[in-house]
This record gives sequence, structure tokens and C-alpha cells, in this order.
Amino acid sequence: MFAAISSKLLAAWRGVVWYAREISGEARYDHYLEHFAEEHPGETPLTEVQYLRRREEYDRTHPNTSCCC
Amino acid sequence: MSNVASASAKPGVPAPGTLEFNNDYTPAEAERVIRNAKGLPVGVRPKLVWTPARIALWAVIAVVCAIAWSVLAVSRGEQISAIWFIVVALSSYAIAYRFYAYYIQIRIMRTDDANATPAERVHDGANFERTDRRVLFGQHFAGISGAGPLVGPILAAQMGYLPSTLWIILGVIFAGAVQDMLMLWISARRRGRSFGQMAADEMGKFGGMILSVFLVVMTAIAMAFLALVAINAMASSPWAVFSIAMTIPIAILMGLYERFLRPGRVIETTILGFVLLVLDIVAGGWIAESAFASVFTLSKPALVIALVIYSFAAAALPHWLLVTPRDYLSTLMKIGTLALLVIGIVIANPSVKFPAISELAGVSNGPTFSGSLFPFLFITIACGALSGFHGAVASGLTPKAVEKENQIRMIGYGSMLVESFTAIIALIAAVTLSQGVYFSTNMSAAQIQSAAGQSYSASATAEANAVAAVDSLKVSDIEGNHLTTTWDSVDESGNAKTYEGEEALTKAASDLGEKTIVSRTGGATTFAMGMADFLKSYLGGQNAMAFWYHFAIMFEALFILTTVDNGTRVARYQIGEMLGNVRKLRKFADPTWKPGNVITTLIATALWGGLLWMGVADANGGINAMVPIFGISNQLLAAACFVLVTVCIVKMGYVKYAWVTIVPLVWDVAVTFTADLQKIFGPLSYFAVAQKYQTQIASGTLEGKALANAQAGLSNAYLDGVLSVFFLVMMATFVVVGIVVVARTLAAGRFGAATTSEEPFAESQWFAPSGLVATALEKKVQREYSAKLHELKAEQQATA
Repeated sequence: MFAAISSKLLAAWRGVVWYAREISGEARYDHYLEHFAEEHPGETPLTEVQYLRRREEYDRTHPNTSCCC
Repeated sequence: MSNVASASAKPGVPAPGTLEFNNDYTPAEAERVIRNAKGLPVGVRPKLVWTPARIALWAVIAVVCAIAWSVLAVSRGEQISAIWFIVVALSSYAIAYRFYAYYIQIRIMRTDDANATPAERVHDGANFERTDRRVLFGQHFAGISGAGPLVGPILAAQMGYLPSTLWIILGVIFAGAVQDMLMLWISARRRGRSFGQMAADEMGKFGGMILSVFLVVMTAIAMAFLALVAINAMASSPWAVFSIAMTIPIAILMGLYERFLRPGRVIETTILGFVLLVLDIVAGGWIAESAFASVFTLSKPALVIALVIYSFAAAALPHWLLVTPRDYLSTLMKIGTLALLVIGIVIANPSVKFPAISELAGVSNGPTFSGSLFPFLFITIACGALSGFHGAVASGLTPKAVEKENQIRMIGYGSMLVESFTAIIALIAAVTLSQGVYFSTNMSAAQIQSAAGQSYSASATAEANAVAAVDSLKVSDIEGNHLTTTWDSVDESGNAKTYEGEEALTKAASDLGEKTIVSRTGGATTFAMGMADFLKSYLGGQNAMAFWYHFAIMFEALFILTTVDNGTRVARYQIGEMLGNVRKLRKFADPTWKPGNVITTLIATALWGGLLWMGVADANGGINAMVPIFGISNQLLAAACFVLVTVCIVKMGYVKYAWVTIVPLVWDVAVTFTADLQKIFGPLSYFAVAQKYQTQIASGTLEGKALANAQAGLSNAYLDGVLSVFFLVMMATFVVVGIVVVARTLAAGRFGAATTSEEPFAESQWFAPSGLVATALEKKVQREYSAKLHELKAEQQATA
């Protein structure tokens, strides 16, 4: 009984953490690694800091039209 | 996520237990599974499956919906609970989403999970990257939501709650959500191309050009209007000015933390920022009480200058330092506060004070907005029911990230329903206040003076004059009595007490930690009063009222500041692109060219800053003049979206179902063109107002401040009038271009995807569920998909 409830709670907590990481963009680097492993096996991916800088540069020149109301 | 885990598992090792596939489809289920050439199950054909339990559920929802609507519609002379608004909204949304949106999906969008979405086609690891549907729903909602729906319903409430409720709910069901979903659909079928590009592709270069120019002008107007709302809430409130100004150092701190201490740890950074934000709001209360209060008591013109400098700095500084961290905070506030508010309304269970239809619904000179119910109520509510801006968002990042076509209904239609729900909450915030407080807050000083007439006294307090003005309004409350000015609070010894008249207004101001609540036009103050009322009911009680009020102001200000610098950025980019079209100015099209950036940012800031400056200079508070121009431009853009979508539907040959977009298009054109024409000709027009000021100035009787006011009003009226003409001409042309394209298509009689700019079919290799929650069948398909993917991988390795 207790074990069942605690595993449910744990699963719910994992869900919350997963959602927060995804929507905030924190998980983006993980997805990049997955993507990279699939497309370029054997090559060295960018480090997280390198990746973030590259991403920033890209966002700066591609502004998103989210706006206003 | 699970596919990835199973795909990367070693060959020969069975996938984890939950992913085991037993081939336990029922025959009916098996028929709905879509498989691609490799035999991978890539989707489930949409179908309404009726079981007795489901029939019973929808019958209950329909009955509850009908009861709730009749309570709101027929109740007269009795108090009703505001919870009915929530019941009406949620049950109506559920029915519309399940049946109407589904109908559009089946008949018009004909979404096909066998077809790959842009994310799968391009899959570049940047913007074209698959995003889980539930995450994308949140991101899309954060993209479309802004301060608009919090403002419009509050101003519209003067006519009673029923017209606004009807339009917010029916408008979103038949117009707003349809527009968002279909724009997302056409963009997702065109590699996520933008609104302007699609217009150029489907309707010719001329149509695309009209849209680009229109977007820049209307972005500037929206920014100026929303900034004016924020400024009206911040002016002469040291608490609000301090706490909002402090968000700049907080954001910088967050930016430095994420950059140098914990790169990429967004959640930590956001939590850190949120804690600082709460402390900052508390500190604002101390500042307001301290000797520093005068430092942070700024006039409206001073705030305009501060805001313009700020936005220029935000555009010039690196984004990680200021803009990105502030976006984290505003996204958190957007989603979190909405949840807090719904709980608050249910717990506080406030009763509605406004009548269903007030006396002001029949006149055209109400104080919060002028003009008759048709068309100006629809113009005023704007974004909560239908917003043209969403067409730009729905053709931005979302179509590039959506995994499967069948998710478009949930993301496009669903997000807009939540946006409309925000508008309903704003309406509840207004109609549960006493009408006296509502009108005192939402009438400008000049309106109070003219409404109070003989009872106005220059030596009396603003509160006394406001009560005199409100008493002179011929408006009844929900019980049919003349409206009252009351404020429920506690007295010095902590007992519950209802304050009345002038005392109610002063008590309200002191409860909220403000100097006054009179003439705080623009809706932000009203919304924050309602929000504070709901939240204090279960979070902190009466003592927390001032905190929650300023929390609400912060919530709106963050929305608006995000809009202002995002808008500046977008406008700068658009201006650069437009200038880049001219041969000698081609360099402007390069977004990395620094001098060009500075010049385009200056132009963008000058555009909205200038409009804002004129709005602030207006003695009537500016809101009254800006609401129609903002609403009209936004609703005209929505008409443009409907024109474009209708063109696409006709070209595909779905003429029989084109009424789905033609009906809202005709309605929207009727509303916007009537409103715009009334603003150009006739007694309500900007030119009539200009004429009035002109005569006043020419008569030579005005001096000093009155003369300055009249001059400001004159130039404002001329500018708004010219803008109205500009909008009318631009959009009328666009609609005509649309009609010509439709007529040509019908005359040629050639239909189908090949006649449009739709990308040809490309087979999908991905599977993902369609709705918010995966169905039992989708879970089975997910298991088969994982197993098959696993098999294919093993085969591949064996052959290699």
C-alpha cells in the first residue's frame, strides 16, 4: 500500500521535473546530444556551454514573433 | 522519450516491461492504426468512439452547460456566485473542443499522421526540433498570452457581464480558436513559414507587402497601448515603481548566475529569480512607507522616458543578461498565476455585483469606452476572444516544433481556449467589485469632473468628487438598485466591516498600499484589486491584500515589459527587412550589421514611444483614445488571417466547408469596418474630436495647462484618425485581394494541394499521441512502435 502510493508520488514528481525541464528549455542540450549521437555517431558534440552560446547567437538573429496579446 | 530508450538498447534484449507489445488490438482499433511503408505505426486515425459511459459524460456536461448559461442569462434581482462563470466557460470549451474543433479537423484540416511535420522534415536540431505536445502546448500558450485579455474585458464590463461573457466564449469558439488552429495548420503544412511569407505565396507579393507594413504599425500601437496600461498602474505609486524597477537588477543577477555559475540551469535560475521577486514586492511596501517613497514617485511622462530608455537598453545589451532571464520570470508568472487565481475564485466564491446588462449597454457614451455595444464592445474585448496577433505566433516557432499533424487541434485550439479563460477571469475580477469602486477607478479626472457636474468641487478630495460622479451615473446593480460604492474590509479592531461612499475608496486605497485608486484607468488596477481579493481569501488573509495587489501589478507589468522589448526586437527585425528591400539599403536586411541594428531599433522605439508619449499627454488619460485604435488594428489583423485561411481552404477544394472561416470573417469585417468608419466619420470620430479641440484653441479662451491639454488632444486625435484611415485602406485592399484570388480559383476550377504552396506529402517515421492524455489505443500503438523500431534497428545492424 505505502510502497504503491510512494511510487505513484515519485512518478508524479518525475513528471513535474520532466515538464519543468522541457518547458524551460533546460532539457534542450540533452535533446541535442541525442540528436547528435544519432546523426553523427563517433563525432564529439559541443560542450554544454558551447552549445548554449551557439543557441544564443542563433536566437539573436532569428527573433521570435511571440508578442503582445 | 521511451522510444529513444528502447532504440538505444542492445539488439536482442527485449524492451522494458511497460513497452512490451502484445498485439492486443481489437478489430476496430486495428483498423485505425496508420502504418508507413516500413510497417511502423505512425499514428491513429481520429474517430469519435461512443461508449455508454462517454455518452453519459457528455450528456452531463451538456446539461451542466445549459443550466449554467441560463443562470447567467436569466438571473435578475438576485445575487449570483462568480463560480457560474467558470462553469459556463469550462463546459462550453469542452463541448466546442470535442465537437466543433473535431469537425474542423476532420472536414478541413484533414490532418494525417502519415504525413511528416516540419520538425521531422527539416529536423535541424535548432528550431525544427520535435517537442512533446504537452510542452508545446505550454510554450504556445506562453507565446500567445499577453496583457490584452486582462484589460479588454475589464473595460467592457461597464455594459454588464452578459454581453462580454457571450462574446468571450462564443467568440473564441467560433472565431479566435478557429483562427489560431487553422493558421497553425496552414503553416505546419508549409514548413512553418511565417504569416507574411504565406500571404505572399498564396495571395501574391502585393498581399504579402500589405501585411508586412501593417504588422509593423500595429506592433507599435499594441506596444504603446499596453505600455500606457502599465504606466497608469505605476504612476504615483512608489511601491509599484520600486518593485518593477527592481526586476531589472534581479534579471541581471539571474543572467549572471546562469551565465557564469550554473550554465544552462534554467529552473534553478527561475526559482532564484522568483524568490527575489517576492522579496522585492515585500520590500516595495517598506519603500512606500519610508523616506525614499518620493524618489520612486514618478509622473507619467517620467515613466515614459524611463520605459523608452529601458527598452533601448534591453535591445542593446546581450540577451542573456536581461531579456532571457526576465522571460523566464514572466513565463512562470503567466502559467502559475492563472492556476492560483482559479483556486482563489473557487475558495473566495465572490458574488457578482454587476447586472447582466447595464443601462450603459444601450448608450454610446459610457465612461470606460465610448461607442455603442455593436461594434465597440467587440473591439474593446479584442484579444480574449479573437486576436490577430496569434496568427503571427501560430506561424512562428510552434509549427516548426509540432510532432504530428493530429496534435494541431490540441495545441492551436486548446491554447486559445485557455487564453479566453484568462479573459473570463479578468471579467470576474471586474464584476465582483462594487460598481462605484469600478467606475471611480476607471474614469479619468476629466470624466469625473464632467460627470459630477454641479457637485464637482476643485477643493474637495478626488474621492469625494469620484463618489459624486459615480452617484450621478444612471446605472443599476445586479439587484436593480442604484449602484453603490462599497468596500468589504476590516476595521481597526479586526472586525469585518463594509465601508461605503468616500470611505470605501480611501479604505480600499489604504488596504492596497496605494495613495488613491481614483482615476487609475487602463484596467490594470481594477484587475489587480480583484486578483488581490481572490488570493487573500486563501493565501494570507486581509493583511496580505496589499502584497497580492502588487503581485498582480507585477504580473501585468512583467507581461507588458516582455511585450515591449520583444515587440521592439520584432519590429526592428521587420523594419530591417523592409528597408532591405530597397536596393541602396540592402545592408539593413543583415541582422548582424550593428549600425543597422541601432538605426532600426531607434525607429521602432520612436514609433511606439511617440504614440505612448501622446497617449500620456492626453488629459482624458489616453486609454479612451487608444483602446479603439488598438482593438481595431488587432481585429483587422484577425480578418487578414481569416482571408488567408479561407484562400487556402478554397484552393484545397473544400469550398463546402469554407463557411467555417467565412462566417467569422464576415462578422469580423462587419465589426472592424463599422468601428473604423465611425472613428473616421460621424460624432464619435477622431476628426470630430480634433474639430472640437481646434475650435477651443481657435477661440483663444484657453490658457496654460488647458491649452496644452487641448493641443495634445488635437494632435492625438489627428494621428489616431490618420491611422484609422490607413488601417481601413490597407485591410480593405487585402480583403479585395483575397476575394479576387478566391474568385479566380473558383473560375479556374482547379483545386488541390498542388495549386497551393503546401509541401508535398512526405512519409513520417515518428509516432506520438494526439491529445493531452494518451488514449488506451495510443498506448498500445506506442508499444508497437517501440518494438518495431527496435526490430528495424536490429535488422539494420544485422545487414551491416
